Amino acid sequence: MLLIKCPWCGERAETEFTYGGDATISRPDPETATDTEWLDHIYLRDNPMGPHDELWQHTSGCRQFVKVRRNVRTHEILETGAPGDTFAEIKE
Amino acid sequence: MRYSIFSLARNALSYHRKWPQAWRSPDPKPEYDAIIIGGGGHGLGTAYYLAKEHGMTNIAVLEKSWLGGGNTGRNTTIVRSNYELDGNALFYEKSMQLWEGLSQDLNYNVMFSQRGVLNLMHTDGAVDAAQRRGNALRLNGIDSEWWDQDKIRSRVPLLSVKNDGHFPVLGGLMQPRGGTARHDAVAWGFARGADMRGVDIIQNCEVTGIDVENGRVTGVQTSRGAIKTRKVGIAVAGHSSQVAAMAGLRLPIESHVLQAMVSEPLKPCLDTVITSGVAHMYISQSDKGELVFGGDLDFYNSYAQRGNFPRIEHVVASILFLFPTFSRLRLMRSWGGIMDMSMDGSPIIGKTPVEGLYLNGGWCYGGFKATPGSGWVFAHTMAEDRPHKLNELFTLDRFHKGYAIDERGGGPTPNAH
Repeated sequence: MLLIKCPWCGERAETEFTYGGDATISRPDPETATDTEWLDHIYLRDNPMGPHDELWQHTSGCRQFVKVRRNVRTHEILETGAPGDTFAEIKE
Repeated sequence: MRYSIFSLARNALSYHRKWPQAWRSPDPKPEYDAIIIGGGGHGLGTAYYLAKEHGMTNIAVLEKSWLGGGNTGRNTTIVRSNYELDGNALFYEKSMQLWEGLSQDLNYNVMFSQRGVLNLMHTDGAVDAAQRRGNALRLNGIDSEWWDQDKIRSRVPLLSVKNDGHFPVLGGLMQPRGGTARHDAVAWGFARGADMRGVDIIQNCEVTGIDVENGRVTGVQTSRGAIKTRKVGIAVAGHSSQVAAMAGLRLPIESHVLQAMVSEPLKPCLDTVITSGVAHMYISQSDKGELVFGGDLDFYNSYAQRGNFPRIEHVVASILFLFPTFSRLRLMRSWGGIMDMSMDGSPIIGKTPVEGLYLNGGWCYGGFKATPGSGWVFAHTMAEDRPHKLNELFTLDRFHKGYAIDERGGGPTPNAH
């Protein structure tokens, strides 16, 4: 069971959350983005093996999105915060 | 040595102590005509068909650990070809046809058992959709039967078919030619067949880099030294993104963990494969008697080869909803495999922007059933430097061109497929 620390509710079980996917991809500017940039945004992922920044929604709690940095090799949760928070850069 | 009743009898006389090794363990040569990264079913199948169908024998399969130790040894062994969409339908049917002759072709018993795969339907809408799918399958020449409640009751007596509750079993779509196979034997059979034709299968050899010069592959770096080659095929399932990144590619793939589990062994009680989309589960009984079952992904990115308990509980609850009689069984083992979830739920088998680099990945949950077909078309793609008709729609650039093959209609959300 993953225990995810919601910044608003505290540490809660993963079953209260819904996975929201990669948090590093951001929507391109619709005024200026090319077709390729849009398609890359929709389809391509870094899919790293190690620390992964991702979004979880606390659907059975406060319903807020939470940004989580989790090691996807070990499932260890390294850091959590609000979706707009900036985490330290991942060292290679 | 060919396996036969005579070789069995001869070796019985020496107490089975003199069986030769099924394949060699050679050191890597400095150069090969082609290299396949990944010694699972797909990579070994590719090597086998490259040697057998295309006469390419100066090739190597590089495996970072042992043969079939990844998803080939971790799946629930279900084989079926009940796909509807163009691109999928005839490809999986080709794979099914290869399965039907595979033990004879390989001279290795892959224990392919065509016990049928029954996909249960629980709502009126699902019944309509399943019957339409069944008709579409039959139009493509793929076997499919509609089973009503009475037929299911008589053929799967342990299954709870009642007309009450939220999701009653209203019927099911059966593919009689579907079934199960012995997963390890598939890897071993292909390995032995490839080795007998001269393919070097090199285990404990991890690829650490792919050499690209002027947009063309020139070789690979490995934990056992550099190897030159002009053709590299990637067949590494859950680690596709990492290996492709060695050549500078970013893939439409996320890696997720899928769990499977087995119960304690029982006397024979379930002689077909039962699946249910509503209950998120699939179950069959192995030749050892264990019930083998699984369900959904854990839904979050993972390379851990193990999952968490909420999913196990959900899968077990789904099984007990349909088979209440299994409630007193003990769970013996559970494990996880890393699924290369593509953005449309269909695989990618074809060329990449790098000349001489070929990709076979994005298998989602469904790689095992496709093993022979995947090897067959990937061998053709690598040998001829162009896809076979059966995999020409599984291109890497189909996403950017608007030709996604989305059998489930899940959209570009990898964990929804």
